[in-house]
Amino acid sequence: MTPTRADVCAAAIADAFADDGELFASPMGLLPTLGVRLCRLTQNPDLVLSDGEALFLASPPPLFAPLSAERDVVEGWIPFRKVFDVIAYGKRHVMMGATQVDRHGNQNISAIGDFDRPKRQLLGSRGAPGNTVNNRTSYWVPKHSPRVFVEQVDVVSGVGPARARAAGPGAATYNDIHRIVSNLCVFDVQGEDHTLRLRSVHPGVSVEEVREASGCGFQVDGDVPETRLPTEEELVVITEVLDPKGLRFKEVPDQ
Amino acid sequence: MTRGPRDKTMSIEQVVDTLEDGLTVGIGGWGPRRKPMALVRAILRSDLKDLTLVSWGGADVGLLTRAGKVRKLVYAFVSLDSVPLEPNFQRARQEGTIPEVVELDEGMFMTGLQAAAQRLPFLPMRAGLGSDVLTHNPAIRTVTSPYDDATELVAVPALRLDVALVHLNRADRHGNATYLGPDPYFDDLFCMAAERAYVSCEQVVDTAGLTVDTPVQRVLLNRMMVDGVVETPHGAHFTTCTPDYERDERFQRAYAAAAAGSDEEWGAFEDRFLRGDETAYQDAVRAFAQEQA
Repeated sequence: MTPTRADVCAAAIADAFADDGELFASPMGLLPTLGVRLCRLTQNPDLVLSDGEALFLASPPPLFAPLSAERDVVEGWIPFRKVFDVIAYGKRHVMMGATQVDRHGNQNISAIGDFDRPKRQLLGSRGAPGNTVNNRTSYWVPKHSPRVFVEQVDVVSGVGPARARAAGPGAATYNDIHRIVSNLCVFDVQGEDHTLRLRSVHPGVSVEEVREASGCGFQVDGDVPETRLPTEEELVVITEVLDPKGLRFKEVPDQ
Repeated sequence: MTRGPRDKTMSIEQVVDTLEDGLTVGIGGWGPRRKPMALVRAILRSDLKDLTLVSWGGADVGLLTRAGKVRKLVYAFVSLDSVPLEPNFQRARQEGTIPEVVELDEGMFMTGLQAAAQRLPFLPMRAGLGSDVLTHNPAIRTVTSPYDDATELVAVPALRLDVALVHLNRADRHGNATYLGPDPYFDDLFCMAAERAYVSCEQVVDTAGLTVDTPVQRVLLNRMMVDGVVETPHGAHFTTCTPDYERDERFQRAYAAAAAGSDEEWGAFEDRFLRGDETAYQDAVRAFAQEQA
C-alpha cells in the first residue's frame, strides 16, 4: 500500500497524541478525528474518546458511522456541560481548527478584520480561550496558506505561550500549545521565545515550499526531517477500519 | 379537597405577551440542537425590539438578528454545525446591524450562567486570560486570589436573565420537565439564571408520566424553576429534539441558502414559512417535506 498525503497527516496527528496517556482526546474535524482514533488503536490504547456528542466510547468507530449496539461500547457520559469540567480538570488534549495562526502560536476562529465590523464573521471564539489556558491544545490546518499562517492573527481566540506568560500564571501555568499539523508539515512552538518551529515536512514537501505557503516566519533548526510514513499496520487500520470510504481525501486530496 | 401545585400551561402567544422591549432573553439548547424555535418564531412575529439575547447560538440568533430584534448579543459561537457559519448572523455582524456584541469563551458563558443561578456577582476562572475576549469586553474585570498564590483570574460576570426560554421533550403542567436525548445542554442553568422561565415541550404529560419509562435523572427542570409550560409538538424544528426527531437537514439547507442569498430569496423564505402562526409554519414545513420527498 502506498501512503497518501492524508495518511501521512493522520499518522502525524496520531503522533501528537501518542504520549498523552490516559486523557480525553478531543478532535475537531475530520482528519483530527481520524488521527486520534488511529492513535487509540495503535500507539496509545489508554486514550479516552467520545462520539463527538455526549458519550465516551470504549472503542473507536469508523468515521461518521452511526452508533451501533453490536460494535460500540459506551464507557461514560460527556455532555457539553461536563466537557467544561474536564477542561478545568486538565486531563484533555484538544485539536482545534484555525482560520489563522501566527508565529507566536495564537489562533483565530472568531472574525477576520476588525472585530467591531468584521470583513468576515467566523464561528466565534468557542472554547479556544479556555482550552489554551487549561489543557493541551493542538491545531489542524488542512490547507496551508499565507492567509492561514499570518504575522499576527486578527482576533486572539486561542492564546499562544507569549500572551499566556504576559497574562500571568493563571494563564501560563497550564498553557501547552503542542503541535500544529498542516497538509504540508508539522510545527511546534519550541522556537526562540516560544515561536513556531518546523519539526518536519511531509514526504515530497520542501522547506522552501512551506516558506512560500506561509505568511509568517518560523524557526528552522538544521536539516528538517521528513514526517514519518504511516506503518503497514496504520495503513490497514485507516483504510480497512476507520475510513474505508476514503472520506479523508475530501479534506486532503490525493496528489 | 385535594390541593396540588398550580397549572402553568400557556399558549405560545401568552408567553410572548409577557415579554417587553429591552428585556434580556436567554435561549436554551445548543447551536442547532433543541432550541425553543416555536417561541423564537413567535418573537419574530411580534413587535418586540431592543432585546438582549444570551444564547449558545444557532438559527435562533440568525433569525432574530436578521429581523433587527437584537440590540445586544451575548454568545460564544453561532453555528448550524452541518452548515458551520450561520449566514444571517454573519450578515448582521458584517453589516454592523447588531449594536452591541459580547463574545465570550464557551466556559465563561456557562460560568456566567452559574454565577447568575447562584445569585453571585461573578465567579472566577482561567478562561479568557490572554485572549481578545478580554480586550473586546473591557467591562470584564479580573480578580486576584486572596490566598497565598495571589493568582490573577477572570471574574466572569453573572449573566442575569429577565426571561429564559427552553424546549424539552416532556413536561407536566406544573413545570417539571424531562429531556430524553443524550444531552441536557444548559437548560436548567438558563432557568435558574432568569427571573422568569418558560418551557415549551413536545408533550405535556401527567407528573407520573415523566418517569414511567425513563430514569428520574432525566427530569432536568423542577417546577420551582418554571413559570409557564407550552405544549408545541415539533416546536424545536428545524433543530434536533432527540429522540422525538433529529435535525431537518433539508430544511436547514434551504434556510441557509435563503439566508445567504439575495434579499428576494430571503423574502420568499419569510413569506412561505415565517409570516403565519406556528400552525401555519408546521403546515408549510410538511408541504416542503412532501415536495422534497
